[in-house]
Amino acid sequence: MAIEWAIIGLVLILFVAISVIILVYVERKVAAFFQLRLGPMRVGKWGMLQTIADFIKLLMKEHIITKKADKFLFNLAPFIIVTASFLAIGAIPFALGLQVMDINIGVFYITAVSSIGVLGILLGGWAGNNKYSMIGALRSGAQVVSYELSITLSLLAMIVLAGSLQLSEIIASQQTGWWIFKGHIPAWIAFTVFVIAGTAETNRGPFDLAEAESELTAGFHTEYSGIKFAMFFLAEYVSLFIIAAVGATVFFGGWLPFHIGHWQVFNAVMDWIPPIVWFFGKVAAIIGLIMWFKWTFPRLRIDQLLILEWKYLLPINLVNLIIVSFIALMGWYL
Amino acid sequence: MTAEVKEQRGIKTQEYFVNMGPQHPSTHGVLRLVLELDGEIIQRVEPHIGYIHRSIEKMCEKDSYRQIVHLTDRMDYLSANMNNEAVCLAVESALEIEVPDRVKVIRTIIAELTRLASHQLWWGVMGMDLGALTAFLYGFRDREMINDIFEETCGARLTMNYNVPGGLMFDIHPNFQRRVKEFIAHFKTKIPEYDQLLSDNVIFRERTEGIGILSKEDAISYGATGPTGRASGFSCDVRKHHPYSAYDRVEFKEILMEKGDSFARYKARILEMWESLHIIEQLIDNIPEGEYQAPTKAVIKLPKGEFYQRVETARGELGVYVVSEGSKSPYRLKFRSPGFSNLFTIDHMARGYKIADLVAMMSTIDLVIPDIDR
Repeated sequence: MAIEWAIIGLVLILFVAISVIILVYVERKVAAFFQLRLGPMRVGKWGMLQTIADFIKLLMKEHIITKKADKFLFNLAPFIIVTASFLAIGAIPFALGLQVMDINIGVFYITAVSSIGVLGILLGGWAGNNKYSMIGALRSGAQVVSYELSITLSLLAMIVLAGSLQLSEIIASQQTGWWIFKGHIPAWIAFTVFVIAGTAETNRGPFDLAEAESELTAGFHTEYSGIKFAMFFLAEYVSLFIIAAVGATVFFGGWLPFHIGHWQVFNAVMDWIPPIVWFFGKVAAIIGLIMWFKWTFPRLRIDQLLILEWKYLLPINLVNLIIVSFIALMGWYL
Repeated sequence: MTAEVKEQRGIKTQEYFVNMGPQHPSTHGVLRLVLELDGEIIQRVEPHIGYIHRSIEKMCEKDSYRQIVHLTDRMDYLSANMNNEAVCLAVESALEIEVPDRVKVIRTIIAELTRLASHQLWWGVMGMDLGALTAFLYGFRDREMINDIFEETCGARLTMNYNVPGGLMFDIHPNFQRRVKEFIAHFKTKIPEYDQLLSDNVIFRERTEGIGILSKEDAISYGATGPTGRASGFSCDVRKHHPYSAYDRVEFKEILMEKGDSFARYKARILEMWESLHIIEQLIDNIPEGEYQAPTKAVIKLPKGEFYQRVETARGELGVYVVSEGSKSPYRLKFRSPGFSNLFTIDHMARGYKIADLVAMMSTIDLVIPDIDR
């Protein structure tokens, strides 16, 4: 039993490492595409080995710890943030049966563990004994705590429809159609809020206030170098993946293929595409969307960020939740 | 947290200081700002300069007038041509040389191209400072075309040294007119794109509108010129009020805004780009034939006396004050650089706003640090 879990853990770590390497490469290529550049082109074919080279470089760099840093917390912070990201991966259903733990409170579990990450950011920003990192950490604290609400409420709207917190059940409830189509306009509202809040949760542009390199040099990870910096970097991309995966699962039917009513041939062709491809395709689409607005929008200011959450997203979400509950109660979805 | 809330709850906060710079991504060079902060709110900003002081004014006292022109490139490197022109015009007016019409027109076109290039770079950097990294590359894409034109004309892309006392170093390249027209046609389609990407963006508007207000009175008392001053409604365009080169024969508007906030300063520069294009359009087909240099002596000696010449660079009013004792180099040469005066409005503007706003304000006053420090 112990060996099985060890193997699963190893596989997950490998999966995370590979997916992050791919995501970083994709991000750079997407950015290059938006910015009329080529992006990495020198290391390997089309620069495909660039991220691996960068990772090796980061591994070999010196660990610099500032003199007055709180050494224990300083070293602990990257581990907390990485652990939080890794824990959530375990509950993601990649395909039918391809899920490490199908717990009955799946959605709750994922939102719970991924919010531990903010602890790592706060500790990292505090322990570095740098004013820039502390401002970044406090900004991030305010941001993540606020947007946690929206992300949970928007998921809750879909859970009301699906009637279960278990991810496999949520997918099963979408056999007849994805919630984004079955849930009418409220589902679209919930999805929009989810993507906005998810972007804020992962500290990505236009909500990258914790980093805000033009204001705070590098925000909460200003003092980190080498592999510890790489861990923050890794965690950011893992949480991006998790957000996209949860979004794909809850709104877009996870690994379920796309079906249109009674188009037998079309449905058969769609069924022929393996579920894992469906899952990663949907995840890629959501990640693409998030990257798109990262590379288009300017950054918000901290007070505007909080106003957006508390004055707009949260009330919209609450009203939306009531509407969805009503729809679920009346059984008005397909 | 506002002062009243603090008082009500009996919370005491302590101000702390942050050194923004000399190495900081958004000070665009080696400017050091000492920020006194209460949380994220700025109580005081104190600019410290001197990190890139190269004693250009002192060096001018040893150099001949032809050499001084080359030093001015290194001040405001983004308006290198206008800086050159300022010194050349000062020398020419002191020697009472009448430069050929061809020179005047070419100088005006080149100056406006430089202004466009400077504003394009500023636009890109402004986007980058606010977190829209894509804008940076868009600005550079269009600037590249102007740099190519300069490269073909005089061999250099940034520090051109194209103006010499008495005229130009070379005549324009045969391709010059065609390529400038190509650029105008290209860039006219790109400014609307700039507007789409930044000016009309909700987040961008929120970040700049009503932020960092500089009233007209303050702009005048701080000596803020250029788009920074004009955004506050201070009519200070040297091209309009004291025309030099060919500015008296072209028709263009002086961009005046009213609000004086970050967005007004942003918009002033965007509108100024249209005006620059308009000026170039009027002149590009009407470059008169003639010599590209007026005859000057090999060693230029200015008559005894004091001479002042001002030009409008991309950042504002650049003044050149020459005190000559009749020798081949000046007794004293003082530059009144626009960036210096514009920088010191920052404390007045930024008080009570947040760090993120400070970054936006610094972008909109368009600092080039070597211009401030010389």
